[in-house]
Amino acid sequence: MTVLDSPTISEMGPPGRDCCDMGTAAIDAVTLGAVRNRAPIPDLADPGAYVQTDPAGIRHLHLFVNGLQCAACIRSIEGSLKSLDGITAARVNMSTGRLAVSWRAGGPTAAEISNAVQRLGYAVAPFDPATVHEIYDHTASLLLSSLAVAGFAAANVMLLSVSIWAGAFSDMGPGTRNLFHWISAAIALPAVIYAGRPFFHSAVGALRHRRMNMDVPISLAVLATAAMSLHQTVLGRDHAYFDASISLLFILLVGRYLDHQTRSQARSAASHILGLAAGSATVIDEDGHHHLVPVREVVTGAYVHVPAGGKIPVDGIVVGGRSTIDSSLVTGESLPLDAVNGTQLHAGTFNISAPLRLRTTAVGEDTLLAEIIRLMEISEHGRTKYTALADRAAALYAPLVHLLALAAFLGWWLIGDASMETSVMVAIAVLIITCPCALGLAVPAVQVVATGRLLRAGILAKAKDALERLATVDTVVFDKTGTLTLGRPEFIDDQPIDTDTLELASALAGYSAHPLSKAVVRKTPKSRFTATEVEEVPGFGLTGVVDGSLVRLGNAEWCNAPVSATRRPADLELWLRRDENAPVRLRFSDRLRDDARQTVAQLQKLGLRVELLSGDRSATVADVATQMGIDTWRARCLPTEKCARLSQLQSEGRRVLMVGDGLNDAPALAFCHASMAPASGSEISQSAADFVFQGEHLRAITVALDVARSADQRVKENIGMAVLYNVVAIPFALFGLVTPLIAATAMSTSSIIVTLNALRLNLVNRNP
Amino acid sequence: MDALVILIPAALFLGGLGLGAFLWSLRSGQFDDLDGAAMRILIDDEPLTTPVSDNTVKDNKPA
Repeated sequence: MTVLDSPTISEMGPPGRDCCDMGTAAIDAVTLGAVRNRAPIPDLADPGAYVQTDPAGIRHLHLFVNGLQCAACIRSIEGSLKSLDGITAARVNMSTGRLAVSWRAGGPTAAEISNAVQRLGYAVAPFDPATVHEIYDHTASLLLSSLAVAGFAAANVMLLSVSIWAGAFSDMGPGTRNLFHWISAAIALPAVIYAGRPFFHSAVGALRHRRMNMDVPISLAVLATAAMSLHQTVLGRDHAYFDASISLLFILLVGRYLDHQTRSQARSAASHILGLAAGSATVIDEDGHHHLVPVREVVTGAYVHVPAGGKIPVDGIVVGGRSTIDSSLVTGESLPLDAVNGTQLHAGTFNISAPLRLRTTAVGEDTLLAEIIRLMEISEHGRTKYTALADRAAALYAPLVHLLALAAFLGWWLIGDASMETSVMVAIAVLIITCPCALGLAVPAVQVVATGRLLRAGILAKAKDALERLATVDTVVFDKTGTLTLGRPEFIDDQPIDTDTLELASALAGYSAHPLSKAVVRKTPKSRFTATEVEEVPGFGLTGVVDGSLVRLGNAEWCNAPVSATRRPADLELWLRRDENAPVRLRFSDRLRDDARQTVAQLQKLGLRVELLSGDRSATVADVATQMGIDTWRARCLPTEKCARLSQLQSEGRRVLMVGDGLNDAPALAFCHASMAPASGSEISQSAADFVFQGEHLRAITVALDVARSADQRVKENIGMAVLYNVVAIPFALFGLVTPLIAATAMSTSSIIVTLNALRLNLVNRNP
Repeated sequence: MDALVILIPAALFLGGLGLGAFLWSLRSGQFDDLDGAAMRILIDDEPLTTPVSDNTVKDNKPA
């Protein structure tokens, strides 16, 4: 990070989002990516509606802050807030990207606080901590405290056990041994009950639904071991296995905690993204007063004010103002729309250039957004139920183990003529030795390593079984706008244009948030000209004065340009006119991602079938498909049609990976076998997808596929090894030959081997 | 063997102390923001002219 290159923080340039490297935590960048496209968003959601007052009269406000990257970010945000009068506390949480502010009555307003942060260059969104509560953090701290207790107990019990084992060869008397067993029991029993809770809860839950999972045999083995050891201790005999019981829990908790940590990171990024979607709307009442209310309180027919640069909060019809609307995330349409009186707008689109007044036509359940979410939920139900490999193994393994233990008991008791006590002991030994310790670690260990590798490559795996599903896909379906392409216009220099013209255009374009203006600024970020008296006329263009001459930048009409006969409606263009000189044409198009072609070719080489489903026009889609070498494509697809095609593919027995970014892709993403969405996509599709990848490269798809396939390989090897271990160990247990030493060494060796095999995933194929 | 009567409880007590400290720090929210804590050490202290009470930020937990 840049922090390390700089002598001190105070020398680190102006605080703001450009103060740090982009290569920091993947999570930050993912959420950043989602907002960066549209940031800064002035007045996005005035947070007044989210302020809470506690009994002492202190106001509290929670904000999501986007773009937090380093110490300078913390310092500038907390510092500037604390310089406001009346603020009692301001604390940034880097891990979750949240800011908590408290202030006394009579202090600044909530809007002043959020504006103060926005002025520093961070996009913020207020949220209600009650709705976005950290259920995951609760689990994490439960696992961590269980892990700590299990670790403490395992270390101490093991210490005593080693003494007992050593004592067997020296002169330890039965009295001392028994004392050690009692101490072990005193440490291990409470620890097993405390640290075993995550497993017991899950096992009881599964049994209650008449299902089997790995936690049933685990819980049974742990409890049986502890109970039998206690029994042996009370009788003063030497078959006490407290060490096995507690160290088994410890090893499994390590696996489970790591697994939880990796996934909760991805989850908190997702909840962060969704939190940003929850906003407020400015409603205009009959007297013309503006009120800020949460979106869910807006009623049909209400008049809503949408500032330039704001997100449209409701479905509505334009009744005042004229502006340009970016609806690429909702419909997949790459061209900005012109919004005039009577235009129907959808919630979730962006108002680019000028303030608008809308009459609300639909709220809540009736909006297009809600319709898509509903469709998404239906699709999710329609998805073929996938059972994780571990659960399938458990369904097979658990009954087998229990039958085996029963057989051992009956065999010794009835056939072997052993006493009841010996028979029970052998049966329990079978349970202990077959406890799926290695099996329980086989899958999580691999998943932790694999998700870690993906995270470093900028890919978040959100679903638990996503990697397993991804490993088996044989068809890849792409969306076009925003997925194969960048989803935003880029300047194309197919004809020579001199630098002066570009710099002149850039000087003016810097004042506008229109996608084409942004493309000009991206092409020529530095301009030696300064424009003054800049004005923007929505739907037409900009005027400004540069070096005493009047410059116009906008559409053909705006610059009095000749409408050329060759112009197609799909062409994106801007004209630049200085005084009365001839206007110059600047052309733009939605550019393909740099490695799109390469990625598609690579996927085809891997033997995957590639298809294209787009909501855009036929001509554009055909053009892209030809360039990509994709034979099967469909254009003008509605969200339902995308799903229909996927279900057709599914009925042909294909397992489909869908890659898409738009709101219109969300139902398809939720429906198919596995799905990926770019971090630049809509919030809804990111929450629907199994994987979210950041950056401008599609290579993420092949990387993820590669990791998923090798992870799948490791999982199978691990399960194979665990089974092999059991096949070798069970006969010993059945014939009553298991001593505590054998049980302990066998159990830990198999766990270590399985973990090492999982780590191998990090060593091989390191060519990201 | 007499030594064990003292040493085992002593070892367990010290270990338990560590465990207790860890559980306490977990409950008191010290593991909530690991990234932030790593960054904050890089922030320079405020100049001494400002009152001390202003430059210590208490963990803000809304009631």
